[in-house]
Amino acid sequence: MTSHAATEKSRSRPAPPSPQDIRRKHVGDALFRGITALAAASVLALAAIYVVQMALNSWEAVRHFGWSFVVGTTWDPVFEEFGALPVIWGTVISSLLALLIAVPISLGVSIYLTEIAGRRIRRIIEFLIEILASIPSVVYGLWGIFVLVPLVRSIQPHLTSWFGFLPLFQGPPFGYGMLTAGIILAIMILPIMTSLTREALHAVPNHQREASLALASTRWEMIRHAVLPYNKSGIIAAIVLGLGRALGETMAVTMVIGNQPTISTSLFMPAQTIASLIANEFAEASSSLYLSVLIELGLLLFGITLLLNVGARLLVNRISHAGGRRR
Amino acid sequence: MASRSLGIAFLVTLLLALSLPIASAQTVQLTGAGASFPYPIYSKWFDEYYRETGVQINYQSIGSGGGVRQLLSRTVDFGASDAPMTDEELAQAERPIVHIPTVIGAVSVVYNIPGVPQSGLKLTPEVLADIFLGEITRWNDPRIQALNPDLNLPNTHIIVARRADASGTTYTFSDYLSAVSEKWAQRVGVGRSLNWPTGLGARGNEGVAGLVRQTPGAIGYVEQAYAEQNNLAQAALQNKDGYFVLPSLEGASLTAAGVEMPPDYRVSIVNGSGKDAYPIATFTWLLVYQDAWDHEKGKHLAEFLWWAIHDGQRFAPELNYAPLPDAVVKSLEETLAGLVYNGQPLLNR
Repeated sequence: MTSHAATEKSRSRPAPPSPQDIRRKHVGDALFRGITALAAASVLALAAIYVVQMALNSWEAVRHFGWSFVVGTTWDPVFEEFGALPVIWGTVISSLLALLIAVPISLGVSIYLTEIAGRRIRRIIEFLIEILASIPSVVYGLWGIFVLVPLVRSIQPHLTSWFGFLPLFQGPPFGYGMLTAGIILAIMILPIMTSLTREALHAVPNHQREASLALASTRWEMIRHAVLPYNKSGIIAAIVLGLGRALGETMAVTMVIGNQPTISTSLFMPAQTIASLIANEFAEASSSLYLSVLIELGLLLFGITLLLNVGARLLVNRISHAGGRRR
Repeated sequence: MASRSLGIAFLVTLLLALSLPIASAQTVQLTGAGASFPYPIYSKWFDEYYRETGVQINYQSIGSGGGVRQLLSRTVDFGASDAPMTDEELAQAERPIVHIPTVIGAVSVVYNIPGVPQSGLKLTPEVLADIFLGEITRWNDPRIQALNPDLNLPNTHIIVARRADASGTTYTFSDYLSAVSEKWAQRVGVGRSLNWPTGLGARGNEGVAGLVRQTPGAIGYVEQAYAEQNNLAQAALQNKDGYFVLPSLEGASLTAAGVEMPPDYRVSIVNGSGKDAYPIATFTWLLVYQDAWDHEKGKHLAEFLWWAIHDGQRFAPELNYAPLPDAVVKSLEETLAGLVYNGQPLLNR
């Protein structure tokens, strides 16, 4: 603010404008400032209204269950016993699984696009990624049901016979389940993560690369030591955005995850996520406690997203401080 | 994604709402909301009735729970539900609410067993309950094999397929299992969503039908119409009198006839007696205020209901619903005569 006023003053010194001009300019400034401030405030207000409304509507459930809601493992709408741990588990694990698959791929794609690929190939791949981003999630879900589920079902018996001693690969061959949901989510968050990571790598100035090559680095060494570390925060931001999308994805997940709110160590067992549970049960929830519980789940999802975002922000700060290169 | 489709739905509703005042200048408008299970026949009825009388009825199939909520808050003229309203829900109403059964639907148990392509796998209520409780886990289990000595049942996992979204179909199915199995009644109970002991959840009847068709070893339950349309193998269930019956509209009507009808029609018709009665069936209800809030609307609604339980019934079979038994229609005529506005009957017949 002060620096802004200072430049204004210094700029106006050589040829002082008439008082009317100044006033007119200042009216416009004030108006503009007001409008933008209003726009900014509306975001805050929306978030506040959202939280307050959800908190009010979920109050009955909060009072009724307290902390047992977060740690309970039974989800029984008939006897009105509600524990959210299985769906929290399902939400977090399926999203982390998606990141585990999508981060290396999106990183690989972006490195290839910015550092290696020729112009024509880059154009084509970027176009394809944009198309991937515009496919509706229900279509991903259908593809999951008709292609991915049978594939997982046919692969699973082999995995179980080789690695069945690990709890990760046990269970009957459903085809639907945690792994299938993780793969679908990975495909769905790939486009946004790739384009953001590519932007981040693109922002690395060329002299970084030139300097590294001048020190006789190989191309890999240049990417590894000069390009990737320079914009770690940008890459992490891309990952966080992908994670946010994965946490909230509803339709495609509900179509392939099997919708069984249980905690299982096996990748092939059905699970349930918060978003998918709300979508499935909200329309027919008739008792006020049941409704209130579903709204509390929404609040919980908001909380988880917030927590992960703040965590990632702290991580970014830490890394950019440690690296000593702030942008 | 969801929020975007919500936004579109909101816009469409807004546009509809804006266009309402113009339309209502010429015609009478009734609005209702509720169950999706009877939506196909309701939309057929509203269409026919509009052509015959010029009375326009708008219906949102938002689910039974939503229908009950909207009726209680009086944002609609009538509600619709696959499950009777509970005593607590009825107590919240400002005026008494009447249940009007409209048609009967049957729920089929469908399966996909490798090597058993045809319908007719015989199941007793106990075995069916134990399969859905996750206690019988393989198709060649001695208890299933004993019921079906002619079939060559494979040694594969039984994969239970069920609804993931809350639904009236689930309510009817769990109502049946609770009626026939003490264990089910205590462990799981009756509801639109359940704490399922096992299985995979899919959205909608079409989702469960697809899951069963696609997954070897699967067993699930869908409305009979979906079983027919998808050519799924359907199980023959042992009814109360000990006969094995395949799902059929006649069988569903018979089970309704074999149940004693209480005056408020809030009755479950599962597990009715009779040689050919198919045991998993349900009424679906329209919910109206006995004492109308608005004379004009109340009158038109009562006339529509009269039409629905008489003329409307002929559309039921082609849409895979069973028509009401004659005894129920007779008693409904009296119920409809009891609909009033300010103490005056709405129907003059």
